[in-house]
This record gives sequence, C-alpha cells and structure tokens, in this order.
Amino acid sequence: MAQSLAKEFTKGLWAELPPFRLVLGLCPVLAVTKTVENGLGMGIATTFVLVFSNLLVSMLRNVIPTKVRIACYIVIIATFVTIVEFLAQAFAYPLFLALGIFIPLIVVNCIVLGRAEAFASKNTPVMAIADGLGIGIGFTLSLGAIGLVREFLGAGTITIWGGTPVFDMTSVFANFQPFGFMIEAPGAFVALGLMLAVMNLIPSK
Amino acid sequence: MREMISMVVVLTVLTAVSGGLLAAIKSGTELRIEEQVLKFQKAPAIAQIFTDVSNDPLAERFNVETEGTTLQVFPGKLEDGGTAVAFETKGKGGYGGDVGLMVGINTDNDQIIAVRVTTHSETPGLGARAKDDPSFVSQFADLSLEENLDLKNNNGSIDAMSGATITSQAVCLAAIQAQELYKKLKPEILKQIQ
Repeated sequence: MAQSLAKEFTKGLWAELPPFRLVLGLCPVLAVTKTVENGLGMGIATTFVLVFSNLLVSMLRNVIPTKVRIACYIVIIATFVTIVEFLAQAFAYPLFLALGIFIPLIVVNCIVLGRAEAFASKNTPVMAIADGLGIGIGFTLSLGAIGLVREFLGAGTITIWGGTPVFDMTSVFANFQPFGFMIEAPGAFVALGLMLAVMNLIPSK
Repeated sequence: MREMISMVVVLTVLTAVSGGLLAAIKSGTELRIEEQVLKFQKAPAIAQIFTDVSNDPLAERFNVETEGTTLQVFPGKLEDGGTAVAFETKGKGGYGGDVGLMVGINTDNDQIIAVRVTTHSETPGLGARAKDDPSFVSQFADLSLEENLDLKNNNGSIDAMSGATITSQAVCLAAIQAQELYKKLKPEILKQIQ
C-alpha cells in the first residue's frame, strides 16, 4: 500500500511529468511562463484544483452515473477553479493580474480532466490525492523550469516571488543586453522544444 | 428510468452544493478583494492623477449616495490651494467587459486633471494600451467638463486608439458618465469635503 502510494506520487515527478513526458497542458505552459513567479503561481493554482477535484471525483466515484460523469467532473473542477480565482484575488492580487484569463482556463486544462477520468474515478481517495499532488508538483516545477530559462535569457532576471528579482544580470555585467525574443510567445515554443529535446535524451524509466 | 432519476438527482445536488459553496466563498473574500483592488488598481491610478497633492486621498475617501448606488470619492488638496476629487466610473461595452476609469476633476474650475484606466479585461497589446500607454488617456487632461468627451467621429474631441476603437469608446463612455455624475453631485461632494 505505502509502496504503491509512493509510486503514484513519484510518477508525476518524472515518468509522467505533464509538459515534458506527456506533452499535455501546453496552453498555460506556453502562455504564463514569462517569469519563474508566474510559472510557479500557475502551477500552484493548478495543483490546488487537481488535488481537490481528484479527491472529490474519487469520493463520489460510486455515486456519479457513468453517462453524466464528464458533466459532473466539469462541475467539480469549475467549482475549485472559481475558488482559486477568488483566493488569488484576495491574497495574491498582482499574480492574479499577471495570470489573467489563464486562471479560469484551468477548467479546460486536459491534465485536470484527464486525471479525474483516467485515475481518480477508478481509485481510492488517498491514492487520488497522491496522484494529484505528484502530477501537480511535477507540473509546477516544469512551469518554474521553463519560466527560469525564459526569464533568465529574455530579461536577465530571476523572480521567484513578490515581483522583485532575486537575481539580476545587470548587477554582474553592467552592459548586459537581454535576449528579448525568449519573453515573446515564439520564444516559449523554442524554450519548450529545446527542453523537450534534452528530456528525451534521458530515458524515462 | 431509475438511471434517469439518479442522473438528474446527482447533477442537481452537485450543482446546488457547488453554487452554495461558491456563494459562501465569494461573500467571505469580498471585503479583502475590495481592499486589494483599492491598493493595486485605484491607488496607483490616483497617484498618477494627483501628482502634487498635500493630503492622502486614499485615507480621506468618503461615499456619496446617488440613486441607490454609492460613489466612492477621493478628495485631493492641490498645491495651489485648490481642491480636486477623483472617482471611478465603469464604461460599458469594452471588448472584454466594463472598463473602469478613474477621473480626477479640479473642483475650482471644473476641469479634468487627468484620467487613468483601472480594472479592465481588454486584449493585451490592443485595448490594454488604454492602461499601459498613457498617450490615449492624456487627451482628457485639462479638458473642461463643458466639452464633448466623446470620440471625434461622434463629434467629440478625443482621438480613438488605432486598432482599439471599441475600447476607446468604452473609455469615452466612462468619462461622459463621470461628467454627468459630477455635474449632478457637485454640491453634495463639496459639502462633504468641507
């Protein structure tokens, strides 16, 4: 039991790492990773939704009729996404402004619906939470990693939290010129593609 | 038949519980969200409008009742001894919903000091320039309140932003609304400032 629980948790961190191994949920991956902070914020919001929707779907798995299961999952997911939206506005307003439309769009994030359908609806609540946490943390770290590459190259800074950079290239090289392309949308594709290529060099098992 | 009933019952119960939960969370976070909007949207806009006031417009804000709604007014004491007020109006019909506009008015000569866009959900790079690039809203600066604050193709005096006519129109509507509100509420506002 404990062993399979650990397995469900760790698979999301490496073997089934959402953006790199499964290449899923790319919309927020490409759109919000301009800074590490935005990437991490988006990841945490998605993790919250993922854990609670997995828990609820798993608890109700014997109650929800199969024919309307997708509708039920969407109601559950949308409820938690709206809760995240309220909480983000109340406690992290600048992050809410930066993520904008991508918070409500977590509803249609295929990772969340995919875990509900493929995992939570067939497993116990404890397993579902482990799965949600693993996938969510893997997703958060992936977004942070892409954000790190894009922000470091594109702006020469690293912003972890609170809007103030913890590292600034201009303090090391006074005449540093950022590679602005990486901050733009095409730069997101290039960063993701290169990181995918590197990930594929390492075997997943 | 049994299956039909169970589908209806499960979906109804689920949506009802979800609705109740969201209503509770909304009312629980409402006050905090209002504070955050004040701090991150209204305060920067007011700071840009009142560049040289000697008081704290945020701390001295007061409410004026008008036709059932409450208007939040931020008073400013200008350097030359005059007084000014700023308040927010919502322009209907932006590209992504209402466009909030903070309007600062000098109460001595009834001139607009400046206006700034606050809350909006316009397209980044197009409509959102109304907030990010002050060259559009700076057209309102120093205009008299007797002026027609509409777009030029509606016989007004404001040039629309190219590529963002709908947003420009919403901003103008908010300004016109502010103009009407101010004319109506001026005696009330002046009474409260004293």
